[in-house]
Amino acid sequence: MWVKLIFAAAGLYVIAAGAWILSAGVVHDRSGVELLNVACDPTRELWRDVNAAFVRDYEQKHAVKLTIRQSHGGSGSQARAVVDGLDGDVITLALWTDTDAVRKAGLMDGGWEEKFPNRSLPYVSTIVFVVRKGNPKTVHDWTDLSRPDVTVITPNPKTSGNGKWSFVALWGSVVWRGGTEDQAREYVRGVYGRTPVLDAAARGATMTFAQKGFGDVHLTWENEAQLEVQEAAGGLEIVYPRRPGDARPLSVLAEPHVAVVDKNVDRKGTRAAAEAYVNYLYTEPAQELIARNFHRPTNEKVFARHRDLFPDVDFRLATSLVPSGKWDDVQKKFFAEGGVFDQLYTSRKK
Amino acid sequence: MPVEPGTEPAPPAPPAVRPAARRKAADPWVVRWGLVGATLLIVGGLVVVPLVAVFTHAVGKGVGTYWENLTNSPDTRHAVFLTFVVAPVAVGLNVVFGVAAAWVIARFRFPGRTVLTSLIDLPFSVSPVVAGLVFVLIFGLQAPFGEWLRANGYQVIFAPPGMVLATAFVTFPFVARELIPVMEAVGPEEELAARSLGASGWDLFWRITLPNIKWGLLYGVILCNARAMGEFGAVYVVSGRIGGQTDTIPLQVQKLFDTPGPHGTPAAFALASVLTLLALVTLIAKVLIEPKLREKPAGGPPAGG
Repeated sequence: MWVKLIFAAAGLYVIAAGAWILSAGVVHDRSGVELLNVACDPTRELWRDVNAAFVRDYEQKHAVKLTIRQSHGGSGSQARAVVDGLDGDVITLALWTDTDAVRKAGLMDGGWEEKFPNRSLPYVSTIVFVVRKGNPKTVHDWTDLSRPDVTVITPNPKTSGNGKWSFVALWGSVVWRGGTEDQAREYVRGVYGRTPVLDAAARGATMTFAQKGFGDVHLTWENEAQLEVQEAAGGLEIVYPRRPGDARPLSVLAEPHVAVVDKNVDRKGTRAAAEAYVNYLYTEPAQELIARNFHRPTNEKVFARHRDLFPDVDFRLATSLVPSGKWDDVQKKFFAEGGVFDQLYTSRKK
Repeated sequence: MPVEPGTEPAPPAPPAVRPAARRKAADPWVVRWGLVGATLLIVGGLVVVPLVAVFTHAVGKGVGTYWENLTNSPDTRHAVFLTFVVAPVAVGLNVVFGVAAAWVIARFRFPGRTVLTSLIDLPFSVSPVVAGLVFVLIFGLQAPFGEWLRANGYQVIFAPPGMVLATAFVTFPFVARELIPVMEAVGPEEELAARSLGASGWDLFWRITLPNIKWGLLYGVILCNARAMGEFGAVYVVSGRIGGQTDTIPLQVQKLFDTPGPHGTPAAFALASVLTLLALVTLIAKVLIEPKLREKPAGGPPAGG
């Protein structure tokens, strides 16, 4: 008797759960109450802070309780997920090509870059080094990474924005200082040849370096580096790569664009909220939060206030590495199937 | 957790004890104790130490913090809820499919039967990530079917239905694999007898087949459920990892583990301890059921493989 009751209850439970699952697939009209931000990996803390502030601000202005949901992952995989139907209203990916991949799939209108101020860049960042306490391997500049006793941790450029920016910065560090492409190739091959693990996304690489203790140098976003050093409470240090004698360190200017996914917001009726959200990023309170999360705010005034957090860097553009100056060609040259990264990574085992 | 998909119910132990006794005398004690020691060392190092580590990390800062870590975050609460919904539905689907598949394979001989038997094992050999990608390819926006569904206001991937499908796919063999040998061992005689006495198909199933296979079925359900709750790879791909919406316990554990600070790793271990507890419950249930599997339902002849 009892057994039968238990099984009947279990059966009912499964049926109820099944009904819930089926209904969970129905797309509800959540216009004005819910936004999904599909973001790259190392911006979790940033969006947690900014979302909370925006929700408060929006509630005051519109008397609507808004929920902002987050999805995080490697920038490339996130772009792919949106293309495959992940219902993001706003995408905040690590680099131009990932954002543009969503446009190429027909989900965004052309000219998305010009829709928001400052080429849709509420903040910028760069790639820096994190080393262990006291810098035991005396790593000060890009050239030190070519030493055989120095191993580098950085995520996979195929899936991760951090990985791509790291690759571009490594390559550029040779070319921007007047080296040839062959020298760059040799240098980058050496660095990736000593890389013990290539994580899929930025945060995984941080954990590999900081918690599991792999590698001597972690090549990562400036914001991720700051967070990592803060978290390690004295166990790690940041190095801005500078050649002895140079006035300023040299690195790449990382531009993580933000964009509204036109097709998704139009279908869901969330355009107004999504655009308000992106525009909010340029307001002073949001810029302040951005700076406190160690991203370089593009608002001059806020940036000036936090000058001490962000050393002056000789920024170079990734697009300067190809003759056309176009991101598509950067992508094609370095990261496409059979591109420079593939050639170097497959040949490194020799 | 050791999983032996093809395990047949073990035949009753042979009455003779002499072979065992002889072996005992033949093996030098060094070998015996060496093997026992090695086994204990491996089990201790690979199973017990991590198990203890999960719980010590989880409650390291006191039971109060442990409870807070588990209950304070709405995302974590939702992850627990979602796991307790997704896993049972996936198991439910597999019970239906598994019983049907086992019945067909054990009772009928037809062309393609061996192919079908091998196909049931396919999810064991396919990487869960690949399984997830397959569903993205079928139900994704880039596929005609996915586009059609979306146009009609239904979303499969990046939503719970897709997560159930992916989980069910990955855990499919557990029930079917468990039932095929049981059904083959029981044989069709009782069913034929019932049929000849005029039982309907429905009666036949509830009164003859189900009682005969119930322990095997329960065993399969328990294994299947354990695997379904812990599924990571396939669900990672199809969920879209939307916090508070499509994260299950394993996904949330990973997310928390990747979060620096006091709400990160300790909370990850707290949540991981819940999964571990569920695994222990599974283990106990499994141990309780195993003897039942070996005995034939009352009255019948002893089961022989």
